[in-house]
Amino acid sequence: MTDAPNDAFIKMQGVTKRYAGVTALDNVDFTIHPGEAVCLAGENGSGKSTLIKLLAGVEQLTSGEIHINGQHHTNLNPRISSAAGVMVIFQDFSLFPNLTVAENIAFSTQLSSHQRLFKRSKSRELAKAVLKRIGVDIPLNARVESLPVAHKQLVGICRALASNARLIIMDEPTTALTEREVRSLLEIIRRLKKDGVAVVFVSHKLAEVLEVSEKVFVLRNGKKVAEGPAAEFDAASLTRHMTGRDVPEVPPSSVDAQANTLMSVSKLSKEGAFDDANFELKAGEVLGITGLLGSGRTSLAKALFGLAKPDSGEIVLDGKTIPLGDPIAAANAGVGYVPEDRLTEGLFLTQSIVRNVAIGRLDAHQKSGFLNITSLVGEAGDWLKKLKVKAPDIEAPVKSLSGGNQQRVALARWLSRAPSVLILNGPSVGVDVGSKAEIHDIIRDLANSGIGVIVISDDLPELLATCQRILVMKEGAIVEEIEGASISEDELAHRLAS
Amino acid sequence: MSGLFPKGFFTRNETLVAIVIIGFCIIATLSDPLFFSVTTLSDLLRASIVLGILAVAAMLVLVSGGIDVSFTAIAVFAMYATTVLTLGLWPEMPWYFIFAISISIGALLGAINGIFIAGFGLPTLIVTLGTLSVFRGFLLTFVGSERISALPPAMRNFSRMMIARGTTESGDFYSLPWALAALLIVTVLTWFILQKTMLGRSIFAIGGSVESARRIGINVRATQFFIYVYVGALAGLAGIIHGSMGRMSDPFSLVGLELSVIAAVVLGGARLIGGYGTLTGTLLGVALIVLVQNSLIVIGIPSTWQSVTIGLLILIGTGLPAYEAKRAAAKAA
Amino acid sequence: MSNPSNSSKLANSPEFRLAIIAIAVFALMSFLAPERFLSPQNLTSMAFQFPEFAILALAVTITMMTGGIDLSVVGIANFTAVIAATILTQFSSPDMGVAAALLWLGFAVLISLAIGGFCGYVNGVLVAHLGLPPILATLGSGLVFTGFAVAMTGGSAVMGFPSVVAWIGNERLLGIPVPLIIFAVLAIGLHILLTRTAFGLKVTMYGANPLAALFAAIDINRMLLKVYIISGMFSSVAGLVIMSRANSAKADYGSSYLLLAVLIAVLGGINPYGGYGRVVGVVLAVLSMQFLSSGLNMLQVSNFARELIWGALLIFVMVINTTNWSALKSSKSGLAKSS
Repeated sequence: MTDAPNDAFIKMQGVTKRYAGVTALDNVDFTIHPGEAVCLAGENGSGKSTLIKLLAGVEQLTSGEIHINGQHHTNLNPRISSAAGVMVIFQDFSLFPNLTVAENIAFSTQLSSHQRLFKRSKSRELAKAVLKRIGVDIPLNARVESLPVAHKQLVGICRALASNARLIIMDEPTTALTEREVRSLLEIIRRLKKDGVAVVFVSHKLAEVLEVSEKVFVLRNGKKVAEGPAAEFDAASLTRHMTGRDVPEVPPSSVDAQANTLMSVSKLSKEGAFDDANFELKAGEVLGITGLLGSGRTSLAKALFGLAKPDSGEIVLDGKTIPLGDPIAAANAGVGYVPEDRLTEGLFLTQSIVRNVAIGRLDAHQKSGFLNITSLVGEAGDWLKKLKVKAPDIEAPVKSLSGGNQQRVALARWLSRAPSVLILNGPSVGVDVGSKAEIHDIIRDLANSGIGVIVISDDLPELLATCQRILVMKEGAIVEEIEGASISEDELAHRLAS
Repeated sequence: MSGLFPKGFFTRNETLVAIVIIGFCIIATLSDPLFFSVTTLSDLLRASIVLGILAVAAMLVLVSGGIDVSFTAIAVFAMYATTVLTLGLWPEMPWYFIFAISISIGALLGAINGIFIAGFGLPTLIVTLGTLSVFRGFLLTFVGSERISALPPAMRNFSRMMIARGTTESGDFYSLPWALAALLIVTVLTWFILQKTMLGRSIFAIGGSVESARRIGINVRATQFFIYVYVGALAGLAGIIHGSMGRMSDPFSLVGLELSVIAAVVLGGARLIGGYGTLTGTLLGVALIVLVQNSLIVIGIPSTWQSVTIGLLILIGTGLPAYEAKRAAAKAA
Repeated sequence: MSNPSNSSKLANSPEFRLAIIAIAVFALMSFLAPERFLSPQNLTSMAFQFPEFAILALAVTITMMTGGIDLSVVGIANFTAVIAATILTQFSSPDMGVAAALLWLGFAVLISLAIGGFCGYVNGVLVAHLGLPPILATLGSGLVFTGFAVAMTGGSAVMGFPSVVAWIGNERLLGIPVPLIIFAVLAIGLHILLTRTAFGLKVTMYGANPLAALFAAIDINRMLLKVYIISGMFSSVAGLVIMSRANSAKADYGSSYLLLAVLIAVLGGINPYGGYGRVVGVVLAVLSMQFLSSGLNMLQVSNFARELIWGALLIFVMVINTTNWSALKSSKSGLAKSS
């Protein structure tokens, strides 16, 4: 390893990227040397995804320069980028569900070798060798669509390794892995580094990969806010740089012991998703449900709202049993659900802000078949004001709003229905730092007003800041129930992934 | 993949279609023993040639995640324009030149689809609906709208070129035209492209996930463009064979057949969402459609019910896997 | 990004562009063939001609609003018309009294509307409950409906109605052609349905993002069923108008209307990916098409050339709109995370 700047494998200078008026990256300098591991830290929306998309050639920069291996690239595209040895493992893995494991692993390698013929046996050999190199066993002929999430991620890693990668960028590499799997991943990375391969970890929780990294690089709101040797950072200081706050949020006040039970879930099971879930939710309580990706936390949340149909069990709300697997019945019974992926599941991006709220109350404002548009829009407007949505024009498409404001629109839709239980899946995913704290305030306010809130999240500080009780899920089972006030972030992280 | 049958063998479209075909043949033979003969087989094979080539083409489009309804218009355009051109320029032109012209015209028209789909990124159904009427309208307005039965001699002769013909001992007459070889060549060539070239694998990859394909550097536009040119070329070939074997160049023929072709492909297991489709399935689908078109009457269904039958086959062929997928998704949620 | 002012917003809307196109085509045709195009005969004959395919375009429109499509509209129109025609020829006769004939006509109309609604229901079940892609579902069902019509008639035309049947397609009410009145009622009805009812808003929102509609607890299956039922019933109305004007019913009438209906919907600014569309756009598109079609007729352009021009126009309009739609498409195709 050398620090001579000419030897840098990647050198980005003054890189700026704007999307339709929003500056995602603002004059950022970034260098990576061969064999170096760099933590690229930042909260969601800090610009780290944009940075890697620029490197991968998926997006084009607005201004600035990118040098790869000493060469200045003005028109980077995925082909050039991967030929230069830059491999990205995207968070969604970008695999081909209809193709086999072997082919998925070998595809980009064969593509970049410019051979016109496809040799199945060669792709199998290559895939086999790579799988062996990282010591995992996945059937080569299985179609990727049939694999569990963790295996899909491993296939993604193998694909990057199969090409002669000189830099591997891993977007949120550990979200789906258990501690044991993370450790074997780190082992693989140590070996790669010895071969001169550079690695960039992109994550909002980096404590686990800090030990193999040389350098840390922190982005916030599109700007570089900290950079330095990894040894100078720990989990706490990383969080501080990422959020820009020193003071931790106030933990929630404890639940009134006299409060009545709003929702009780008993023996809820769904094959392959979750098993024998039992818990109660009191009025005014914020209950956290956490677990790794694939632990069943989202399936359970969806089942509570009828979006997934459990095989057995019972959900009782206010003394009444809710029919399973029927979101309309659940919504009418008073359950609200704000999904994790706002852009594809939560909002109608091309539709107006006011419509996105009003869609929840159409039937209430309909009289003899016709909508009372004035009262519908009036009510939606009131909720937007109450939640302090900053929008110059409520008739503008909702996609013109920032992440934080979009999330408030999604919240407004459900709050206008006066739910008794509100399920929030990843309430602050993709929300900027300032809005995040405000959304946490809203969550606490909701609970104080007597609503039962369920927060599904793997953002541990968020859980600790909002929840009185946290359920930990592992392989579909609720394995632990923790009092929020009684545990530190590190301890919670350990229990989550052990 | 151990055991006598591969996993999921019995729920695959190919298997189901094969079972239906066998069932159809058994019922047909029971109600009319003459059905089970070399004559029937050679008739059905002849009827499969044009449909088969078009189906292979349509399958390729479905695998890539699109849908094409214009290939019949391309076929008839290529056939008729080639006939007119040949008669006007050099009536004695040898058959392979005639074929080459028709294939080239087809490829050219396919390229027009390709420009709008790959270049402008327009929805495939709407583009090909549009080009369907553009090609047909252009043909009938500017090239001609008269049936031509005085074909160039080479085309007439082509229809008489036989691999084998004769009469079996039991007195059944049969003939296998060389045109059948065209279907064989097309099938093998397409198999080679799909299974043995990176281009073919890229077609599957695009059908599986366009975004992923882009990210790993597959040239999506070039691949799509190739697909529509290749499909056009195959349509040109199918068209000229259709004209030669029917011994007439009819500018009003073929268009309308696209639904049956798509039915065949969908029955064979190709999915509209892209990424799935096999040649075996497609050819089995063609066999079933040809049976329905030619022998429905043998199993006691009047031929006026033909389009009801094909429509139902499309619905069942797409409905079963779609419903299966919906249930699987509900289970996985 | 600066906020576009209201006037530039209007100028950018597809409806405004269409109004210009409609006026331009009208002006062009008036210029090229002033005596004939602007003659009262031509103007009224246009008003009798376009409603049949314009109603089919409305049927396609509502399904396209959901991001689907209905390729079975012509099949349903002919199938229901053949049923109505069969009823009329079986139970009534040309020399029957007006009152009795009207009664049978009313009965035939009701039955054909009901069957049209049922055909739409079948499409709805295929799309909503069984999860078939709308293209293939309606392609297949369209073949089935056409096939039923063929099987019922053996492929020949059904004719010999009482004279009242011809009223639907050829009479005037207060000087206005009846088909035009029918079209106007349906167009206004659809406009109100889409903009002033919960159902209409759900249709638009579902078209904009089906997944978000699911998460917003919209009763998607019921909504889709209604959409396809409406489409089916509109198609059967079109079938009745065609039957009345042709004074017969046949399995393969109006086979070029499918393309025309899709073309008009797309030309009218309906987003084929769903989520945007206004009835006024469709009406303007209908007018442009009719002016064009009729003008070309005056200029002695053949039917085939008209098909050529329609197809080219369809693609041209798509290319013009491509920037808007490709932006919508990319925002919708974002990969959903699973866990």
